[in-house]
Amino acid sequence: MKQYAYFPGCSLEKMAQSYHSSTLETARALDLELKEIDDWNCCGATAYFHVDELLAYTLCARNLAMAEQDHLELVTPCSGCYKNMYFANAHLKHDADLADHINYALEADNLKFAGTGVVKHLIEVFVNDVGLPAIKAKVTHPLTGLRVAPYYGCQILRPRKDHEDVEQPRFFEDLMTALGATAVDFPLKLRCCGGSLILTNREAALSMVRNLLQSAVKAGADVIATACPLCQVNLECYQKQVNREFNTDFSVPVLYFTQLIGTAFGIPPKRLGIGSELVEAKPVLRCESRTPSNPAERSGSHA
Amino acid sequence: MPKTIKFQDEVINLLHATEGNPLNTCMQCGTCSGACPVSAFMDQPPRRLIAMIQAALKDRVLKTNTFWYCASCYSCTVRCPRGIDVAEMMYALKRYSMWKGQHPEGAIGPVFSRTFVKTILKSGRSYEPVLATSYFFTYGVPEMLQEAQMATSLMLKGRLPLLPARIKRLENFRRMIHRIVPLGDTE
Repeated sequence: MKQYAYFPGCSLEKMAQSYHSSTLETARALDLELKEIDDWNCCGATAYFHVDELLAYTLCARNLAMAEQDHLELVTPCSGCYKNMYFANAHLKHDADLADHINYALEADNLKFAGTGVVKHLIEVFVNDVGLPAIKAKVTHPLTGLRVAPYYGCQILRPRKDHEDVEQPRFFEDLMTALGATAVDFPLKLRCCGGSLILTNREAALSMVRNLLQSAVKAGADVIATACPLCQVNLECYQKQVNREFNTDFSVPVLYFTQLIGTAFGIPPKRLGIGSELVEAKPVLRCESRTPSNPAERSGSHA
Repeated sequence: MPKTIKFQDEVINLLHATEGNPLNTCMQCGTCSGACPVSAFMDQPPRRLIAMIQAALKDRVLKTNTFWYCASCYSCTVRCPRGIDVAEMMYALKRYSMWKGQHPEGAIGPVFSRTFVKTILKSGRSYEPVLATSYFFTYGVPEMLQEAQMATSLMLKGRLPLLPARIKRLENFRRMIHRIVPLGDTE
């Protein structure tokens, strides 16, 4: 059983509780032990970095130091937390003066950043550390016929962390295929959902959400899969407001990739937090009994 | 007499954790503006903003809404052929304009960011209902109603926290923050 230091992040405490529970359920099924970092604090999100860079790095460093103490790789399901902590870790490792300065602050909480840690996003752990064959082997209820739009969003891939493909990634599609689902060709899969602009520049963000929903629906998606709590909220909870603003009638469920994995593993929906969406997902998830809503269109798209 | 620092050099050196951002190498190709999903809403798209920085139009740069519209998606950063981290430049300009107290009239971004920072300093974790106060009252009545409706739906689904979460070692946490910046009272 491989152990990780688990950093849920503030969103997963409440707004994205279903991401938290489905993460724990699927990790357990895959023999991963996610040991929640005791007394973790906010990573700074985007807003803290708007105000003070040094303090924002300090916030990240406190979490990094606690994971180091346990000699575990840090894993987080939130793309924003991932980006912040990945780069805080990289910058502090690279810049001894910065690390010294921040270590002076960490002393106040009896912690020290040594630079021995590794930061990973949950989807990276599933795809690279566990691997698709091992995931496929656990599938008991394949998502046959379910058309999924895999939405990468931004910060899992950007800025580039290592040498990964930031223009044409395939791992999310491959993961969905391993579950028996059909990954649709979703042209805007890397386009931004607006992030926290939904709160500060609503008009811009709603139009960004509209574009994404339109692209997913055009691609014939039954459901959008995401790996970020903010993307989930923007794409799902704001659908009503998008519909009002643009006179559209979108009604696409948006699920976390862990909820889809859990469903394919036969884990009961309730334990995966399915049912807490504002756009109900249960109807599209009943894969076996589901018939194409518009057979002509479906066969057309295969031609 | 000491040489005055050019605005461009200031912006180049605004980032702590890098050896400067090579803005001076910008060749105005426009890849950043093309890649930006929000450029249509900005008064100056990223390419022009960089040109304005190079031309030392400091006051005009600080008055644009450009960096407050940046969603931190980093599409510009990964595509810039000159290796300029355009998105981090936007962060740097946000911080700079907040230090100088110069930002566009009525922008929600700075207020939101300040509220966010206060929340974190108080409890160590973020808390959505407090954050909402920084933008909610800037809305018109229809938006307010929509927002309230959504909050109610989320509440019914158990997705809104009623009480703020707090970290346990809050005293240590605050002392840690004070060692970086002696902020005084965080209330």
